Amino acid sequence: MELITIFIASIFTHNIALTYILGMCPFIVISRNFNTAVGMGISVIFVVTLATVINWPIYNKILIPNGSELIYYLVFIIVIAATVQLLEMLIEKFFPPLQTSFGIFLPLITVNCMVLAVSLFMVLRKYGFIETVVFALGSSIGWALAIIIMAAIKQKMMINSDVPKGLRGAGITMIIAGLLAFAFMGFAGMVTLQ
Amino acid sequence: MPKKQPKRNIMHTKWFKTLSAGLWLDNPIFCMVLGICSALAITNKVANALAMGAGVTFCLIFSSLFISLLRNLIPPRVRILTYMVVIATFVICVDNFLKAFFPPLSEALGPYVGLIITNCIIMGRCEAYAVKNTVFYSVLDALGCGLGYSLVLIFMAIVRESMAFGTILEFRIMPGWWQDWVMMAVAPGAFFLLGVYLWILRTLAKKTEQ
Repeated sequence: MELITIFIASIFTHNIALTYILGMCPFIVISRNFNTAVGMGISVIFVVTLATVINWPIYNKILIPNGSELIYYLVFIIVIAATVQLLEMLIEKFFPPLQTSFGIFLPLITVNCMVLAVSLFMVLRKYGFIETVVFALGSSIGWALAIIIMAAIKQKMMINSDVPKGLRGAGITMIIAGLLAFAFMGFAGMVTLQ
Repeated sequence: MPKKQPKRNIMHTKWFKTLSAGLWLDNPIFCMVLGICSALAITNKVANALAMGAGVTFCLIFSSLFISLLRNLIPPRVRILTYMVVIATFVICVDNFLKAFFPPLSEALGPYVGLIITNCIIMGRCEAYAVKNTVFYSVLDALGCGLGYSLVLIFMAIVRESMAFGTILEFRIMPGWWQDWVMMAVAPGAFFLLGVYLWILRTLAKKTEQ
């Protein structure tokens, strides 16, 4: 039950893009095209889940027993960068067809702040291993959902709308994100986290 | 970089241009739309915005300084990782400083202090400027960008805090009949406010995109 609560909460009520406002740089830039947004979303789900699953044992089994949790930022960021690099190499070696659709997003994910944020929330909220996996999966699905909705709206908007000149690009993306965040606040009564 | 500097007018010297670019024409938030995650998430109180602005400026200056010093030694293939390690080191300093001297502030900022590492502004300035230029100009550029970023944060926080809580730095400024507008304290208010700011400033600066 606890796990289902975490899963639902991290997708809808505590959506990492629309409630905590994280991962905004790709959210603005990548959301111009629907297919690209789907590719980015799926890559993020893979990387976030994998990186967080690796970070949990490193933090709880290596850093804490050695009393060196002071440097956990440094360790997390290196683990994330290494994971991304490894995934890139594996895709290049074993699944070349995927290279064109996902390969291009992987270097961008290293600097996506939501990857690091999920690991930091895991430390702040003191999650156990299974909870961490569920939370990472939920958060990344939530982020992918938000960027896909955003891309779909923007693609529709480009065909038939007259946006004021100064508002084009990042400005209108912010306004749409605001409306989306409003809509996601409607889920608030569904579950409460902690 | 050619060093041609017309002497008389201070407005045309390279150091003045470098410093002022970050404040207005190349402002990291309005023109490049970088690093807005933290800018939106923590600007519901002016105190948070001040702390965040100072933290980012500190990390930006010192990372630029070190990257610029090491610019001839960093192998191009691992440069992104090098930036991250340097930035993370300074972020750890900021985090522990806040924890030690301002515990309530550290608690309010939560994970967003750690997220300075992935703040695209710092990475962006290292990649676009510090790795190619001399130490002096890199530090000036970092200072300009840091101040420009802090300024935007403070302006956003002033509007959001006064509307959401009726206060600025915990000091009541709104009249008695003012109803607190809670929506400004959470995510939708932040998105709308930045959207409106972008609209106004881009119209004024005549910098529009398709």
